[in-house]
Amino acid sequence: MSVAADLQIALPEVLLAVSAMALLIFGVYQGKAAAGRVMVLSAVTLVAVIAIILVREPAGIAFGGLYVDDGFGDYMKILLLVGALLVLIMSHRYLELEQANRFEYSVLLLFATLGMMVMVSANDLISLYIGLELQSLALYVVAAIRRDNARSSEAGLKYFVLGALASGLLLYGMSMIYGFSGTTSFESLAEILAAPDTEPSLGLIVGLVFICAGLAFKVSAVPFHMWTPDVYEGAPTSVTAFFAVAPKIAAIALFTRVLMGPFHDLVDAWQQIIVFISIASMVLGAFAAIAQNNIKRLMAYSSIGHIGYALVGLAAGTPAGVSGVGAYMAIYLVMNVGTFACILSMRQNGRMVEGVNDLKGISRTNPMIALALLIFMFSLAGIPPMAGFWAKFWVFKAAISAELYGLAVIGVLASVVSAFYYLRIVKLMYFDEATEGLDKGVGRETGLIIVATAAATILLFAMPGAILEGADAAATSLTHYAG
Amino acid sequence: MGQLPLLSIITFLPLVGAVIIMLARDEDEARLATNARNMALWTSFITFVVSLLIWFGFETGTAEFQFVEKAEWLPEFGIGYHMGVDGISMPFVLLSTLLTPICVLASWEAVKHRVKEYMIAFLVLETMMVGMFCALDFVTFYMFFEGVLIPMFLIIGVWGGPRRVYAAFKFFLYTLLGSVLMLLAILAIYFDAGTTDIPTLLQHRLPAEMQIWLWLAFFASFAVKVPMWPVHTWLPDAHVEAPTAGSVILAGVLLKMGAYGFLRFSVPMMPYGTEFFTPLVFTLSVVAIIYTSLVALAQEDMKKLIAYSSVAHMGYVTVGIFTLNVQGMQGAIFQMLSHGIVSAALFLLVGVIYDRLHTRMIDRYGGLADQMPHYALTFMIFMLASVGLPLTGGFIGEFLVIVGAFQVNTWVALLTASGMVLGAAYMLYLYRQVIFGALTKRDLMSLLDMKWREKLIFAPLILLTFWMGIYPEPLLNVMEASVVNIIENYQLALDERAGVSLAELMPGR
Repeated sequence: MSVAADLQIALPEVLLAVSAMALLIFGVYQGKAAAGRVMVLSAVTLVAVIAIILVREPAGIAFGGLYVDDGFGDYMKILLLVGALLVLIMSHRYLELEQANRFEYSVLLLFATLGMMVMVSANDLISLYIGLELQSLALYVVAAIRRDNARSSEAGLKYFVLGALASGLLLYGMSMIYGFSGTTSFESLAEILAAPDTEPSLGLIVGLVFICAGLAFKVSAVPFHMWTPDVYEGAPTSVTAFFAVAPKIAAIALFTRVLMGPFHDLVDAWQQIIVFISIASMVLGAFAAIAQNNIKRLMAYSSIGHIGYALVGLAAGTPAGVSGVGAYMAIYLVMNVGTFACILSMRQNGRMVEGVNDLKGISRTNPMIALALLIFMFSLAGIPPMAGFWAKFWVFKAAISAELYGLAVIGVLASVVSAFYYLRIVKLMYFDEATEGLDKGVGRETGLIIVATAAATILLFAMPGAILEGADAAATSLTHYAG
Repeated sequence: MGQLPLLSIITFLPLVGAVIIMLARDEDEARLATNARNMALWTSFITFVVSLLIWFGFETGTAEFQFVEKAEWLPEFGIGYHMGVDGISMPFVLLSTLLTPICVLASWEAVKHRVKEYMIAFLVLETMMVGMFCALDFVTFYMFFEGVLIPMFLIIGVWGGPRRVYAAFKFFLYTLLGSVLMLLAILAIYFDAGTTDIPTLLQHRLPAEMQIWLWLAFFASFAVKVPMWPVHTWLPDAHVEAPTAGSVILAGVLLKMGAYGFLRFSVPMMPYGTEFFTPLVFTLSVVAIIYTSLVALAQEDMKKLIAYSSVAHMGYVTVGIFTLNVQGMQGAIFQMLSHGIVSAALFLLVGVIYDRLHTRMIDRYGGLADQMPHYALTFMIFMLASVGLPLTGGFIGEFLVIVGAFQVNTWVALLTASGMVLGAAYMLYLYRQVIFGALTKRDLMSLLDMKWREKLIFAPLILLTFWMGIYPEPLLNVMEASVVNIIENYQLALDERAGVSLAELMPGR
């Protein structure tokens, strides 16, 4: 296949890479003043990439099998691109007010997004690793983008050290797999493992365990979650919002592709790992968040819990499970973007506040933010008719059909525990008397995002099929390729 | 009339009202509150009037679902929007639509702050309640069943008493814990039957071993909702802290959701599980009746006393349902309806004096009969109805339940009946302490009797109580066909099962 044809298959990534580099040069030449314009152009780029993916059909395999563009990849890419786009839009006012708007911010987000797209489309252990590292390196830097701020720097450093460790684990697992199978291609691996009458060698299984550990770190599943609360708390809030959605979606997509693709025939081996980390994440996410007083830390534990629920779908190891994961991540995206849009609006006297207690009584002073947060909190807790209920409904449906009753029972019990801390926020906003309240006005873009995500969260019940259809199609394309 | 989607109209009309109130903007706080009150009253009143069409259009003598509506929702999963009522659910729909305007009226002056949000919460609550009783699809049912928690949580937490936060959390988490297990059971049923359509599932036979687990999961949800001893402890807290109207809806409708679940799901869908666990239900119910009656005797807070009496009265209901004969079941449903009206009225009565004196402590009152004769008379009617005096609704329900229980187990009947004696003891004690005696307390002397608005609230409730006690025939007719149908299907399923096990015992025959 010619290079031109390969490039055409990977057109969205190519476009993103080219514009990111162009914007980098543009920014360097324009200097500080360009931050606003780079941001707008980055948003336009993301919109263009989304449009390209939406318009064309999945194009197949390219670059000698390193890259695949299928329905599953397109679905997940759209989710993470939408997440990146919304976060970029929300960041604008926040960075202006914090006087931290640098053009590198937008460019780094674009590079991170590019890395994620490569991850989602990886069809080989090597391209997997390249995508993952591109994403991680960009994210290490954005976490520490406020370099004069000790907490931000600390977050970046922590993330870097622990992330490097995880990459090491992943790389070690990959080398084991390569050593024992002689290939890094997903398709060849699938063929080797699907061959009848051959027991997979121990080395392969050990390699798989290491890969699972590395990927669990990237999705911040227990027991590899330790970095999450610190990084969430330390990073600038708009960066935290980004961390909460896009990389999570990409890493879950990658996790799903690796396990359901090449290693699908080892389902008995990895299912127990996923069941364990899923239970551990749900339980820890539920209990540890109770004691948090910083809203960003609280959301960190909340996201750990939610990853646990998404992994319930993966643990099922069936197409229904994959489609559950897809639907879960779509709803997770909407809820989290909305919640973080509200958190970004938490300012008192022009200063950013992050304490959970600062939300006291805001149903009086800021009724619209309070109402939106109420909707998101009930949704995150999974109470019908909010969208979060459907997300849980689908993954637990997959778990029950795969006869993972124990996992499902522990999962729903953990969701009751987690309801407590979501309710606590509702309690602070609605039951308590106002102390100071928050500043009025959230900015036009952020306000629009809050309204749109809240409406989507509350109205999904009218047509829950819409999201599931997309997820279903995505799941079919993935499992079909696995054979 | 068959053309109009009546049930959807009743279900979603309050929601429309809630949205209109939500969109209302006004600089003047007081005018906004008045508008919200009027809007809520009219919406709920019109809903009630429309729901009367169901009562008059209802065809007795058939167990079929009526006013059925069907729409596609998630066709690829066999999940649909399916509404309909039968003789069991129809009276509860009316109970819900009747109590909501009464609640709005009762909160007319009692609720002073955040009136707009309060009215929105009540209208949303009405949508959830009515939708739950009409739903004929498991997923639709579950959405409404759980959705009730959100407005109720806010009602208790925002407009409740001093310990409202504790009570609201306890209410929410207790009920949620039960419900999520039911959700898993619903999913398990879905994978066995391939649909969540309730009429289809009523014909479906689930495997016997599975029924045990499913029954337990459903029990976890419904037992908390009823509430049965020992998971009843959220109820006294919630009742005491909730505003008057919140208590009315809690006692009047929300408690009935659990018992309705037993009637609609546990008994018909899991006959084997039901048979297996009937002794457990009897034991817990009898304990509830006697224990909570004794606890009620020791209460100093009026609302708490009535709350414990509710637990005892719901004990009759669960005994009645699981007698699985016509008298017992009809008695249980009748008891639910009469309790819905009587306990609602009792909470409203407490609300009347609470609005005047802002205390619910029994020993702060005494001798109210002198100053408030109308109030004393109303209180007496409902007190006696709660005790189960003949000619009131309470009597018919309790009597039928005991008749039903006698056919099954004399001991259960005996112990259940003892609850009537205890009930008389605590209710008469309450009445004596509050209404009779000398009027010695200074602050009680200036109390005014009920105003016309308050009398208007009680008038329909008094009429209904007497109507149910004197001429219960129409209500019993409405539910008879459905009850007989449940019992016949139950027997049939058990006979089939017995046939199967005989065939296993004697292979080759």
